[in-house]
Amino acid sequence: MADTLTELGEHIAQATAGAVTAHQVRLEELMLETTPDKVIALLTFLRDDPKCLFKQLIDICGVDWPEREKRFDVVYNLLSLKNNLRVRVKVATDETTPVPSAAPVYSSAGWFERETYDLYGVWFSDHPDLRRILTDYGFEGHPLRKDFPLTGFVELRWDDVQKRVIYEPVKLTQEFRRFDFLSPWEGGIERELPGDEKATKAS
Amino acid sequence: MGVIVPTKPNSAAEAALSRALNDELADKGFVVAQLDKLITWARTGSMWGLTFGLACCGVEMIHCWMSRYDLDRFGFAPMPSPRAADVMIVAGTLTNKMAPALRKVYDQMAEPRYVISMGSCANGGGYYHYSYSVVRGCDRIIPVDVYVPGCPPTAEALLYGVLQLQKKVRRTGTLVR
Repeated sequence: MADTLTELGEHIAQATAGAVTAHQVRLEELMLETTPDKVIALLTFLRDDPKCLFKQLIDICGVDWPEREKRFDVVYNLLSLKNNLRVRVKVATDETTPVPSAAPVYSSAGWFERETYDLYGVWFSDHPDLRRILTDYGFEGHPLRKDFPLTGFVELRWDDVQKRVIYEPVKLTQEFRRFDFLSPWEGGIERELPGDEKATKAS
Repeated sequence: MGVIVPTKPNSAAEAALSRALNDELADKGFVVAQLDKLITWARTGSMWGLTFGLACCGVEMIHCWMSRYDLDRFGFAPMPSPRAADVMIVAGTLTNKMAPALRKVYDQMAEPRYVISMGSCANGGGYYHYSYSVVRGCDRIIPVDVYVPGCPPTAEALLYGVLQLQKKVRRTGTLVR
């Protein structure tokens, strides 16, 4: 499987002439990296090339890396039913650089891009209708960015005088607390967890 | 499931009551009762629940109406239209985006109206208490009569909540709410 994917990755990298900046196979999954100006050409190739035929767009999502200069990744997950293959395409961008919309290539891309825009604030150029899709009407900010506070900025309640739902700044009676400091699910814990002393140490 | 032995009705007392009623009907042609008690009896006996299922609690709410627990036997029937419903069951996470719609539906219900808040999320935000998009309790939007705790509450818990609401209606006993 890994060999097939490596071959496919090299085939794509050669055939698209510089659109793929990096390709690698990890955990039996092929990942391609590209740049915003080449992404439409690459996606079109992936859809139409007889060795690829990735005709289904499974999802478009975002990743936020606050420490990077180009802080966002836009990730396209594609599926080829014909060849029983999947591929992941990544594009790095920042708050101001738009990524061209994939809606002309994949008709399902419109709402996925709206979601990515809504939650991360990534811009998509030439999108037919780039509005928010999930968050509240009139919502401000992009909640999945790492610098967005968990509790947001506003909360709402019914106002009996004005007879409508009103927004107010968040007022928490108790701050958010994390009780589970010893969770084994938090990666990279060096200290000993309760009960570890009973286990036989690996040499 | 244990075998449930139904309690035997007190046949002598029942016979006496029915004889007294029959005598009164035959004698005067009518039966006297207290109006407020009659009204609360009618109210508790035919409460129509507006199914406001928002999340996983909604499934548990459906269980409550299904054959095992069968809320219908309390006269508590599901009613999708707010205009004809008496009780609103807020079952699930109330998000900021949904809150005005919830209030609108509540405002469409006719008086007297009651609200059952079902599950941690509807009671006080629950698991999503610190979220940016969730209302911290549906009582911030509408007045609530009965809170059913749980995540999600079992169908039995909701059933108990319905019975508590009926008890509340019976004991309050006011005509105008």
